[in-house]
Amino acid sequence: MVIKDKKKIFTYIAVSLISIVYLLPFVWLLATSFKSFAEAFSIPPTLLPREFHPENYVEVFRRIPFARYTGNTLLITLSSVVGILISAPMAAFAVSKIKWKGSKFLFPLMIGCMLIPIQVTLVPLYVTFKKMGWIGTYLPLIVPAFLGGGLGGGYYIFLLRQFFLGVPDSLIESAELEGASTRLIYWHIMLPLSKAALITVGIFMFLNTWSDFMGPLIYLTRDTMYTLGIGLQAFLTSHHVEWHLLMAASVLFSIPTLLMFFFAQKYFIEGAKTSGLKF
Amino acid sequence: MRSGCKTTDFRNGFLFSLPWLVGFFLFILYPIIQSLYYSFTDFNLFQAPGFIGLENFRELFTDDLFYKSLYNTLYMTFLGSPVYIVIGLLMAVLLNNKIRGLAFFRTAFYIPYILPIVATALLWVWLLNPVNGLLNMFLRAIHLPAPNWLADPAFTKVSLILIGAWRTGPIMILFLAALQDVPKTLYEAADIDGAGIIRKFFKITLPALTPAILFQVIMQIIVNLQYFTEAYIISGSTDRLNQSVGGPLNSLMFYATYLYQNAFLYLKMGKASAMAWVLFLVAGTLTFIVFKSSKKWVFYGD
Repeated sequence: MVIKDKKKIFTYIAVSLISIVYLLPFVWLLATSFKSFAEAFSIPPTLLPREFHPENYVEVFRRIPFARYTGNTLLITLSSVVGILISAPMAAFAVSKIKWKGSKFLFPLMIGCMLIPIQVTLVPLYVTFKKMGWIGTYLPLIVPAFLGGGLGGGYYIFLLRQFFLGVPDSLIESAELEGASTRLIYWHIMLPLSKAALITVGIFMFLNTWSDFMGPLIYLTRDTMYTLGIGLQAFLTSHHVEWHLLMAASVLFSIPTLLMFFFAQKYFIEGAKTSGLKF
Repeated sequence: MRSGCKTTDFRNGFLFSLPWLVGFFLFILYPIIQSLYYSFTDFNLFQAPGFIGLENFRELFTDDLFYKSLYNTLYMTFLGSPVYIVIGLLMAVLLNNKIRGLAFFRTAFYIPYILPIVATALLWVWLLNPVNGLLNMFLRAIHLPAPNWLADPAFTKVSLILIGAWRTGPIMILFLAALQDVPKTLYEAADIDGAGIIRKFFKITLPALTPAILFQVIMQIIVNLQYFTEAYIISGSTDRLNQSVGGPLNSLMFYATYLYQNAFLYLKMGKASAMAWVLFLVAGTLTFIVFKSSKKWVFYGD
């Protein structure tokens, strides 16, 4: 009994310490965002702000076109979410519930693509998009989602396929006996039954696109079209860094993802269990 | 579907896969072949590609910066990956102890991963600031040396591993799920035999986790070989004037950043494509070795 108690106490101390270490950067982020310029650079530094400057958050909108960047990011993100929610479930359905020759080699292909470094397709994709006049538009960032999501799309297909496999075949067979077409079965049986999986895919796609940096960096040319990620990076390199403002901007940038996490935690845990690494 | 006739099933299967198939040919297969072709040319975006044989590869293999970027990337892969996996494993084992407040602790470990990567990089540039940063404030308080994390080449990659360690939540979740599948009876039997905590960990817990570890090792290899965003942002913060993408003494020049520099700053599309294919081969070889070796160390329970 004594050994068990000791183990419990040790566990509590360890997890509490790790939690503090993991949460401290958030404290630092929030604290800096409310500090004055002078206090952010005071020596020695203060952990918590001596006086609160919520107007930092307003100043962010004056210093960089924050509202515009937010709108741009939201446009790209929501379009991509719609795209993946159309193309990934279709592909997942084809390799789980339709009995045809293609599914045997298509599914491993979809998964195998995730092992290919994106650099391998980077240059030719840029050249192709350039020929099509798509550079400097949002199309290279959005269109691939409607066509399976590119190299990383296998993750979403995998997640949905796992879920579809759990839907009993008897349900589909009885619908077929009543004369329902495959399209009807997909639309009226599979999709409504798979809401949880669809939400998970939508959330993870949202986070991935919202946080994407390399795509916008390569394809966006005009600063009026920048996403938040690119805008904040430009803020870092073009000014004498005002850390209190940059931290306030980072907080605003992170709010949608954090909110999503708190309101949809169970979907996160499910999605993370399936992949363990990607969003 | 079971009862449908074969040709309709084929037609349906094909139609439902069609969006993915179109995307596969346009955005995956064609670019992969095209980049192999470019790698043998002097393509620079403005002139039609001219065939130059193995010139790009010869140039790469005599380029110091290529080796530097490869070294830095393998450093992150071989040092970062085990560190992240061990931390994720440790946190999962701690949380698997039927403790109260599990949801809170799990959230605390996971939430750093939710922060957008750009925000994470900016936050850490500020946390690691040598004079005004939180980490050095703490180190000075306990009279430890306070290094110049992001400016001293000896510490730059260590800093990146610190950031990676902060983002190990998803690894923890995966291991936690795997741990909950380990049959309790195994531990009870071990208890009867009088096995200690350490022995139980190495004889029961660790073998049961090997499939999840294999998965993580492969994911970590793929992700770390493509290491880009954090390094790009941090080098931009340390060297604002000449927009270097390599950081102090190129200690943050990673394979993907050097490839980006060649392709989009120098417009050496041929050389960048050659780099891409070398990376493809490195990734393939490492993945293959891990898969092959897994027969010896991965245990699939019944």
